[in-house]
Amino acid sequence: MGDLNLLYARWQMGLSLAFHIVFAVIGMAMPVMMVAAEVAWLRTGRPEYIDLAQRWARGTAILFAVGAVSGTVLSFELGLLWPAFMEAAGPLIGMPFSLEGFAFFLEAIFLGIYLYGWQKLSPAAHVFAGVVVSLGGALSGAFVVTANAWMNTPAGFRIENGQFVDIDPFAAMFNPAAGTQVVHMLLAAYAAVGVGVAGIHARLLLRDRQSPFHRRAFVIALLVGLPASLLQPLSGDWAGRVVARSQPAKFAALEGHFETESYAPLRIGGIPDTETGQTPYAIEIPGGLSLLAHGDLAAPVTGLNDIPRELWPPVTAVHIAFQVMVAIGMWLAFLAIWAAVLWWRKRLFESSAFLKAVFWSTPLGFIAIEAGWTVTELGRQPWIIQGVMRTSEAVTPMPGLVVPFVLFTLLYVGLAAVVIMLIRRTVLETAPTGRAQ
Amino acid sequence: MIDAVVLLSVVLVLSLTAYALLGGADYGGGLWDLLASGPTAVRQRATIAHAIGPVWEANHVWLIVAIVIVFTGFPRAFAEVSTYLHVPLLLVLIGIVLRGSAFVFRAYGPDDPRHERLWSRVFAMASTATPFFLGVIVGALTEGRLPASPQGSFTSVYLTPWLTPFSLSVGLFALVLFGYLAAVYLTLEAHDAHERAAFRLRALLSGAAAGVVAALVLLLAASDVRGALIASAWAVPLHVATGASALAAFAFLWVERYELARLAAATQVVLILWGWALAQYPYAIRPHLTLTDAAAPVNVQVLLLQILGVGAVVLVPSLLYLFGIFGPRGNQDPNENPSISH
Repeated sequence: MGDLNLLYARWQMGLSLAFHIVFAVIGMAMPVMMVAAEVAWLRTGRPEYIDLAQRWARGTAILFAVGAVSGTVLSFELGLLWPAFMEAAGPLIGMPFSLEGFAFFLEAIFLGIYLYGWQKLSPAAHVFAGVVVSLGGALSGAFVVTANAWMNTPAGFRIENGQFVDIDPFAAMFNPAAGTQVVHMLLAAYAAVGVGVAGIHARLLLRDRQSPFHRRAFVIALLVGLPASLLQPLSGDWAGRVVARSQPAKFAALEGHFETESYAPLRIGGIPDTETGQTPYAIEIPGGLSLLAHGDLAAPVTGLNDIPRELWPPVTAVHIAFQVMVAIGMWLAFLAIWAAVLWWRKRLFESSAFLKAVFWSTPLGFIAIEAGWTVTELGRQPWIIQGVMRTSEAVTPMPGLVVPFVLFTLLYVGLAAVVIMLIRRTVLETAPTGRAQ
Repeated sequence: MIDAVVLLSVVLVLSLTAYALLGGADYGGGLWDLLASGPTAVRQRATIAHAIGPVWEANHVWLIVAIVIVFTGFPRAFAEVSTYLHVPLLLVLIGIVLRGSAFVFRAYGPDDPRHERLWSRVFAMASTATPFFLGVIVGALTEGRLPASPQGSFTSVYLTPWLTPFSLSVGLFALVLFGYLAAVYLTLEAHDAHERAAFRLRALLSGAAAGVVAALVLLLAASDVRGALIASAWAVPLHVATGASALAAFAFLWVERYELARLAAATQVVLILWGWALAQYPYAIRPHLTLTDAAAPVNVQVLLLQILGVGAVVLVPSLLYLFGIFGPRGNQDPNENPSISH
């Protein structure tokens, strides 16, 4: 019964995070595009730009609101599901959360000003409001991610007789994983949303190559999405090194690496088998893993076999999620290079293959984000605070967690359906399709 | 030197005050959406949506500020409250999700009356249920029946401590009080005399109802809580001031001086909240967890206060800017009033 309760708590938390993160990243990246379109309109006076800015603002309004309320749910759920964790961690991760509170506050204030102030503000003041929304989004995302990074590489305290003492919130916030995780998440947000929006317009461009509306939308979205996509593999490499150093079990799981060895191979693909301790069907690059993890082909990489079995995360799921994330990341980086070449040759809109590739990439960034969070969170199990507190020690004593889990599942599935319907009906279907502008 | 715990508690109550005055009134708006009636019903709903539109997301953040203060500054209280009041907190969360989502779904949805009616209904019902359960939670913290350990049956640990006449009456009080506050505010947002008269009537009725429910709350209170509310040194002046502002709000509504009525009603709500906070002090959860016992280490409290102070420097001008743009009477729909457009 207790185990099942823990499972429901984990499912509810996972569901809430998976749901919230989609809206959170949209709330970070959409405002950037909306402000870019408005600035372009002010510069050029072209009507497509203001149409775009207003349409994207409408989308932002709907998605931001759902992100805000689902984020509120999360801040309570931390206590509802993991009270022992919050009792211990609250003082340590409270600082980034309060900073996040202010960043989010600014975002909400200036989003209200932006959405309802089109006719009331000077153009400069209106753009300024949009810029604050964009910055607030990036900052609040960054602060929250430092709190998660702390769970992976806890810092800023000592344990004395089971109590957390010598609390240092600064050391906690600037923990070893904070930098890599923040950069990785911000880039992921811009990449996923930029490519996602570009994909929607790519589909419409395939129908009407000349539409100035979709051309400009496509370009702005790519400008937000592709530079981030190009940088993401570098940030992923950095993140990988930190994980290799600080969370060897997670690192071994995401690589499907069982035997501790020098010249450890990098495995691409494959399905880890925890019974046999093998990862068959993988393409192996000799020494690749040692090089990636420690910058030295000869460096030994700890394998799962040297880690007690009860401290293994769910190896197969973590490995597969990691492979999915990396594959998508590489593909998006390739799209960025492809786009740059086409742009250079002034053939960005001419290549049907590129437009189709972008269209098929619409959901990929979001899938990569979900996969990446699966790696981060599942890869840390059985710990809620790496090496310090187990998830099973943190869960609420309240029985019957299946009920809130089912309730939130229904609620979120319903909301997702309505949001998709609304975005289709109010933002997409009414989009101009002809050349008349 | 003032104790950091006291200072942090004051800041917590300040943010709860802001939430009550701003977010509370948004909930109240939802209540009047639900109860809109008479010849101006359609316009009442439009006025409510219009008044809430630009500000509700910002108003809602006060709750997040409060919760962050609790879990950073009073982590033990946060852990206990979220363990033993899981059920009403869950109901509050579902209400918050449905309220916010329904509001934007309605505002940004297609021009389809069925769509509007559905989300209007969801918005109004969620706006009504949420403050009720928020009030129940406050009641439960005050009444002192939360267990100290999770030993016992589900019902005795997770339900009966808050399913009490007293806590339920506090829930009702919160709902009526927020409705009253919203009705008073809305008299300033109304577009014409008929609509204003409707909100004035609602303000007077809900104000009277708030008085009745307040008496009920006091009647149902346990003797020590009632004692703290009535017999403390600060109680008499506070009650006199609360009563005076209530009467003033009534008088100003009666003579249709709405700006002054708003001031008086807001003062009344502030005094009620601070009266509760004084009666609750020094407890986070009556009767076994004091604020000091629940508090984080001193360096964390001081740091949190510093962050809140610096944050306020950025926040307060931003909020004033927001309310300056969309304050009452300055908020004609831009589409109706193109003369102010650029």
